[in-house]
Amino acid sequence: MKYLPLIWAGLWRKRVRTILTLMSVVVAFVLFGVMHGVTAGIDQIVNQMSDSRLRIQSRVNITEPLPYAQLARIESVPGVMSVGFYNFVGAYYREPRNGISAGAMDISRLKAMFPEVAISQEAIDAMAQTRNGALIGQDLAKERGWKVGDRIPLRSTIWMRKDGAQDWTFEIVGIYSGFDGKVPSNEFWINYQYFDEERTFGNGTVTLYFARINEPARSAQIAEQIDGLFANSPNETQTQNERDWLRGRIAQIGNMAFFVNAIIGAVMFTLLFLTGNTMMQSVRERIPELAVLKTYGFSSAAVVSLVLGEALVLCGAAAAIGLGIAQAASPSIFRAIGAGGLSLPWGVIGSGLGVAAIVAIISALPPAWRTQRISIVDALAGR
Amino acid sequence: MTALVSIKQVYKSYVRGKQRVEVLHGLDLEVEKGEFLALMGPSGSGKSTLLNLIGGLDRPDRGEITVAGQRIDQLSSGQLAKWRARHVGFVFQFYNLLPVLTAERNVEVPLLLTKLSSRERKRNVQAALELVGLADRAKHKPSELSGGQQQRVAIARALVADPTLLVCDEPTGDLDRETSESVLQLLELLNRDQGKTVVMVTHDPRAAGHASRRLYVDKGSLADAPLGVAA
Repeated sequence: MKYLPLIWAGLWRKRVRTILTLMSVVVAFVLFGVMHGVTAGIDQIVNQMSDSRLRIQSRVNITEPLPYAQLARIESVPGVMSVGFYNFVGAYYREPRNGISAGAMDISRLKAMFPEVAISQEAIDAMAQTRNGALIGQDLAKERGWKVGDRIPLRSTIWMRKDGAQDWTFEIVGIYSGFDGKVPSNEFWINYQYFDEERTFGNGTVTLYFARINEPARSAQIAEQIDGLFANSPNETQTQNERDWLRGRIAQIGNMAFFVNAIIGAVMFTLLFLTGNTMMQSVRERIPELAVLKTYGFSSAAVVSLVLGEALVLCGAAAAIGLGIAQAASPSIFRAIGAGGLSLPWGVIGSGLGVAAIVAIISALPPAWRTQRISIVDALAGR
Repeated sequence: MTALVSIKQVYKSYVRGKQRVEVLHGLDLEVEKGEFLALMGPSGSGKSTLLNLIGGLDRPDRGEITVAGQRIDQLSSGQLAKWRARHVGFVFQFYNLLPVLTAERNVEVPLLLTKLSSRERKRNVQAALELVGLADRAKHKPSELSGGQQQRVAIARALVADPTLLVCDEPTGDLDRETSESVLQLLELLNRDQGKTVVMVTHDPRAAGHASRRLYVDKGSLADAPLGVAA
């Protein structure tokens, strides 16, 4: 600690250079925090997904509807505790850019199917009593400023009403939330019965089913049994537990971890040259000053530790600022990827500070090596 | 009086480019405890090399150097660094203060290697700055001080760890006559009142006049004073 004023003074010897280097390191660690934050956030979402819930969709693709009649047959499969369903309603509010993630379902089946979602019995009853009722997520309500009692007109890009209108007006009767605040709550749920009766086509079909099972370890086996029920029929199904399904979807994008590590690796490699050059210049300019320290009895190791200390303070402070910015920005980033409520994991912050320490040490090694070889007599004589 | 510094048959050479230049040839010298010795001589005579050897900044090729009873020519670089921290205070021609530190932080530098607490360090720094008459400039950086003041700060830095020996290399070489005089008086005071042994290299006969003994170095050996220089 007593060397800190020396380290600090050394850092601010060339103020502009230090600030520019600091800013470069800050930007690099904002990127580090955001990119690793996103992958960590995705991992968190995947891990939160249930492996005791199966997702059943058409084998052809997700846009191919499944007949409602399949529900009873899925319910009859041994190991299946309850079945729910969902019908996609592509909709927007006022402007096409205000997309709303809306879905039609049987709300009474929802509680058994999604125990991680907090819905009051009052809201479920209100949905049962209000045909055009809507149950919306807390995040969506907050974002749009909507509250219970509001009548919200949505325009569907897919579904036309029987009277020829594209606008559907719903009355908000309840607001749901995730139990631990980590489940995204940005959906707009409506009564399937009302929606199915009102739409002009696709009646009696759903987009997908959910089945809650009693033994997650048997999820693959149960999925196979369900798919077996509809094999060789016009409505073949593809069943997966939610976690595997999401993993598969993410894998379709590519190896995210590899992309992120490759980009961050390149950034850190460049950073190494930048900070290394700064440290090298800084030490080169101060050879006589470092020689004075040696004159007064500072050992070579002490001078080396001063140089390492400067690099560690510079990179550590900049990384802390960068990761702090990434942390502050993370709620909006997570919301943008549909993971509202998540925050930058401490593991990412810890590994960021660790990487900063490694960058600092590697970039300080060449100048530190040089200080060790300073000849006091030559340095003081300006040779 | 006892010899604080004893130099016997010391040889020192340097390699400059492809050439080996022998700077000191079998030099013998004794400096008594409490003495103020001025080393004079033309440029390249070897007086600064001799001073560097006495201060433990360099090691001889051959010969013995004993300071305060310790053979410093046999110490390793690390041991020599510790020895310097305990026994020697340095004053340079161009002050060599750290430009980014205030006067008090500059003076504190040698104390950072001691086990003194922050409070004790502060107290010693204050005392050293008072001794050189710059207590009121403690918070000033070198660029905010005149040459004479900077040299006084450098002297305070040399003194603060209470060294056995003060080694001064042309301490007035960069100062005007009036300022030189006050710096030399300060060195004289430290020698007389504090009992510090001072070894000073100078070109200036007037500066050498403040010393209790003057020696002339020429071509790597001690020589008789040339005409016109009082011995």
